[in-house]
Amino acid sequence: MIEAILISVIIAATPILIAALGEVVAERSGVLNLGVEGMMIVGAVTAFATAQITGSPYLAILTAALAGVAMAGLFAILAIWLATNQVATGLALTLFGLGVASLAGESFVGRPGVKLGDIAVPYLSDLPYVGTVLFAQSPLFYLSIALTVGVTVFLFRTRAGLRLRSVGDQPVAAHALGLKVNRIRTLAVLFGGLCAGIAGAQLTLVYTPQWIDGLSAGRGWIALALVVFASWRPTRVLAGAYLFGAVTIAQFHAQAFGVDIPSQFLSALPYLATILVLVIFASNRRFTMVNTPAALGRPFVPDR
Amino acid sequence: MTPPLLEIRNLTKTFGSLKANDSISLTLGEGEIVALLGENGAGKSTLVKMLFGALQPDSGDILWRDKETVISEPAVARRLGISMVHQHFSLFEAFTVEENIALGLPDMPRAGLAEKARTLSAEYGLPLDPGALVADLSVGERQRIEIVRCLLQNPTLVIMDEPTSVLTPQEVERLFGTLRKLKAEGRTVVYISHKLEEVRALCERAVILRHGKVVETCIPAERTAAELASAMVGGAIANVGRTKRTPTPVLAVRGLDQPAATTFGTSLSDINLDVRPGEVVGIAGIAGNGQSELFAMLSGEELAAKADAVTLLGEPVGRIGIDGRRRRGAAFVPEERLGHGAVPPFDLSDNALVSRHRMSDGTAAPLGFLRHGAARRLAARVIKAMDVRAQGTHSTAGSLSGGNLQKFVVGRELDAKPKLLIVDQPTWGVDAGAAANIRQHLIDLAESGAGVLVISQDLDELFEIADRIAVIAAGRLSPAAPADTLTREAIGLLMAGPAPSSPPSASPPSTSPTHAAGPPSPPPASPAAEHSHAH
Amino acid sequence: MRIDLRRRTNVPWWAEALAPLLAFTVTLAIGSVMFAASGKPPAAALTAYFIEPLSEIWSIHELAIKAAPLIIIAVGLSVAYRSNTWNIGAEGQFVAGAITGAAIPVLFPGATGVWVLPAMLALGLLGGAAWGAIPGLLKTRFGANEILVSLMLVYVAQLLLDWLVRGPWRNPEGYNFPETRFFDDSARLPELIAMGDYGGRANFGIVIALVLAAATAILLTRTKKGFEIKVTGASPRAARFAGFDQKATTMFAFLFSGALAGLAGIVEVAGAIGQLTPVISPGYGFTAIIVAFLGRLHPIGIVIAGLVLALTYLGGEAAQISLGLSEKIAQVFQGVLLFAVLASDTLVRYRVTVTARGRGVPA
Repeated sequence: MIEAILISVIIAATPILIAALGEVVAERSGVLNLGVEGMMIVGAVTAFATAQITGSPYLAILTAALAGVAMAGLFAILAIWLATNQVATGLALTLFGLGVASLAGESFVGRPGVKLGDIAVPYLSDLPYVGTVLFAQSPLFYLSIALTVGVTVFLFRTRAGLRLRSVGDQPVAAHALGLKVNRIRTLAVLFGGLCAGIAGAQLTLVYTPQWIDGLSAGRGWIALALVVFASWRPTRVLAGAYLFGAVTIAQFHAQAFGVDIPSQFLSALPYLATILVLVIFASNRRFTMVNTPAALGRPFVPDR
Repeated sequence: MTPPLLEIRNLTKTFGSLKANDSISLTLGEGEIVALLGENGAGKSTLVKMLFGALQPDSGDILWRDKETVISEPAVARRLGISMVHQHFSLFEAFTVEENIALGLPDMPRAGLAEKARTLSAEYGLPLDPGALVADLSVGERQRIEIVRCLLQNPTLVIMDEPTSVLTPQEVERLFGTLRKLKAEGRTVVYISHKLEEVRALCERAVILRHGKVVETCIPAERTAAELASAMVGGAIANVGRTKRTPTPVLAVRGLDQPAATTFGTSLSDINLDVRPGEVVGIAGIAGNGQSELFAMLSGEELAAKADAVTLLGEPVGRIGIDGRRRRGAAFVPEERLGHGAVPPFDLSDNALVSRHRMSDGTAAPLGFLRHGAARRLAARVIKAMDVRAQGTHSTAGSLSGGNLQKFVVGRELDAKPKLLIVDQPTWGVDAGAAANIRQHLIDLAESGAGVLVISQDLDELFEIADRIAVIAAGRLSPAAPADTLTREAIGLLMAGPAPSSPPSASPPSTSPTHAAGPPSPPPASPAAEHSHAH
Repeated sequence: MRIDLRRRTNVPWWAEALAPLLAFTVTLAIGSVMFAASGKPPAAALTAYFIEPLSEIWSIHELAIKAAPLIIIAVGLSVAYRSNTWNIGAEGQFVAGAITGAAIPVLFPGATGVWVLPAMLALGLLGGAAWGAIPGLLKTRFGANEILVSLMLVYVAQLLLDWLVRGPWRNPEGYNFPETRFFDDSARLPELIAMGDYGGRANFGIVIALVLAAATAILLTRTKKGFEIKVTGASPRAARFAGFDQKATTMFAFLFSGALAGLAGIVEVAGAIGQLTPVISPGYGFTAIIVAFLGRLHPIGIVIAGLVLALTYLGGEAAQISLGLSEKIAQVFQGVLLFAVLASDTLVRYRVTVTARGRGVPA
């Protein structure tokens, strides 16, 4: 029972973790992309469609990632190269993505999906207690953990990561040093799209292998909140994602345990928890200030 | 004679309708220190940006050691051996010194970089701790990072853009020592400045720019500062007149304390100050020593803890906001024109309203309505009184040059006929003509019986207009002394801040370990044996 | 290839006016390609979308019904966005206003009289303002991100409505359908022109929308409050220098935009729908964001933009019937339109040059 709960927490946490990690990279470069929800659901429908046509969940992950990149590219052209308002452009991306996904998914409603199989790591999965929970999971879970480590190392241990952070902190100074501010930002945003696309694939290949209209249900937004909550630090994103995973799963099990609360209130829990967390972590201004990319949300237009 | 290091032929760069550089030609030899002189907007920055690859010329040629060269980006300039110390430091506050250096030197391996930087900085007399966070460093130390980063590339041509505008006189001397050492090593230095005495002391040749053209090349030591100035401006500069007056205070500050509002801010402690009617009081100091914080407290943008910390015309106003202080006869001009004193995308008519939107200004009507006609007339009046060069009241603030916008902002406040005017950096980045105009208006206001408080980094300016001068350093203010009893050296010592034995400026106890250490101690001098250069 | 931007120092007025038209044209072009790609003749599809709904009296009435909430919400949002306050949770405030406003006819079904409707509208305003006050307070008091908080509250409001109509507020005579009882006539917004050749369903909502747009235009251009909002949005430090309290402005923006969204909610429920159901909005709160930007955050522009976006809803339905096109296309259209609006805004503010790699010449 506890094992089953832990596994479901992991499954619920994985998509927001992957999407939030991508957004951490984008925001560290100074770009606020509010289109995560849109990129995610387009990734989800792309994965579902690919799996329907080819039967291969791995190909589905690949096409979902590419779809996420394409969406992010659209955003990058507007918000980075044409210096449009990032908040509005991100919203547009989400509205557009929700529309595209719902249009493309119309014919899939009610069809059974293809499930991405779990991979048991030899020997490790036989460990008592943690074996099945941690080592007999979907490959996307392993990917999410690898991404957490990879993004941490990249941002704080490599020169490329240093450059990316410098662009997000003081783009004018970075430009004066000869860094290609908007090129770096574009790459960061595309990486964000890649992650959001994969996160979407997890939804239709692992979480609920079927297509439901609007199935991302605000997870892209929660991923965005997670980035703020985590003060743009990947390891804290990991912790936050599992916290939200736990809250999400708690609502299902609360009813099973006979808690007499209307289901709508339980469904509202993840959203209310998000608000609570945003409030608590915004209050610690000093910590937030040191970690917030100083140029977040501000387009960079070089003099030429 | 050896071929010149760098030759420029007919370099031209246009921005819209403005010819920033108009067919500029000049030559730089090896081992020279050459001054590039000119007013703001004369085209100095544009020229060096093209040499550094940050801008592309529209036409003209650059010859590097007699070979035609296109400097398409800063990386190309770096490979040639051109390196630049920027006027506004391109540093990252939240990063360490070593990270900042690594960012500027993409081709250099990071391993051992910190050690190299430490050695080199000691060798040139610029002590620096590679592990320190830039946010914790003084302006002088920050400049050292830029210089060390530049020297680590073993450059043949070093461009320095107004390097001394933020330094104390003592730090300036130290910098000159470094530059002379560079020259002795056969490197060429291009020195951009508008401080003429410095140029006369340091440079063997001066190229003077005006309106994007080279108007003169001369040996600065053979000219007087006044001659150089008139060559820059293209005419004589009016002298500013000043007379003596007698005291009774309009502004009194008593024991004003304020903890730093942000991580990178300065806290103020025990500020005491009087401004009497009819006098100009100056506050000298290097940027970032609490000037902005003090201005915010005096203007009421930030409120003091106690009402009697700030007294305006005998009334305690410490807990009253900027609007209330204006109503009591004070007026304010902040340091930043764009985005603080004025709203860039708004026209001058709307910008007149920014500080003048009360019924008593005639621009407001009952029920919260505005009189736009009155605002327009107010703007027109200011434009006329201050000789602001603008197309009209419908011009946006952002389209005006720095000097003209500053004249507008100052004029808007003068138009209110204040009893107290507090000005932060009145002529920062303003051309000489407009600066003289503004200074004269400040003196005229004092002559008419008002008190004027001028916060400025420009010592020359303060000596020119202030009756008394106080110095702010690390959030503390020295007692104001009559200007004619002070020397530049005495002020310079005060500007350098409290002696090292005294505790660092009272930082809030909550600071994290990375910040709590206070100013980093200089690294131990490296042994003489380590005198090998980085390359 | 590289895109270079140079800021224009002076923007001609006609460029400002033409930008939304350009955006609309670009969207039509992209739409035509989309239709052609899905095998429908673009001309017929565009006719179905944008002409047919205007050719009959009843559908013009529907247009007014759909445009009213869009305009009311977007007018409120324009005030928020101009002060740089990012309220993107208007959909939630819409629902909140609908709930509080509907409390009277649902809880006191016997209530009749002329006071009922004004009281409902007032409660709608209050409910929306209260829902908007939450992100406003959390922002000004704790610095919590208002974009995310206001958005999260959309889901919460929708779930709250869902619970009410399935639980305590469900119509006792409604055969267990998840809906409240129908409102009494005195709790309904009357029709504008009920009878005659030009009669139809359109109610006074559109009149309320037009009055609010005019009033907000005066607020923004003629009053100190409007000046305060614009200065705060353009430059927060200058606003502080002017003596304007930024937190108060943020709070005002949330209360104002929340109140108007709430009013739109009760207008929709008391007008077009006549009861509460689990879903009362086809995303008006989000579409209104597009309306606000297409109208260049100007109340009068918003009136036109609101009519245009209302047309995409109607056109979506019409095209589904006449051509078998999915009505989901309308949402895609709306997204594309917002992209185009934002891009055209860049063309107004900057001179855009596209250069070939290296030391190229403007193309």
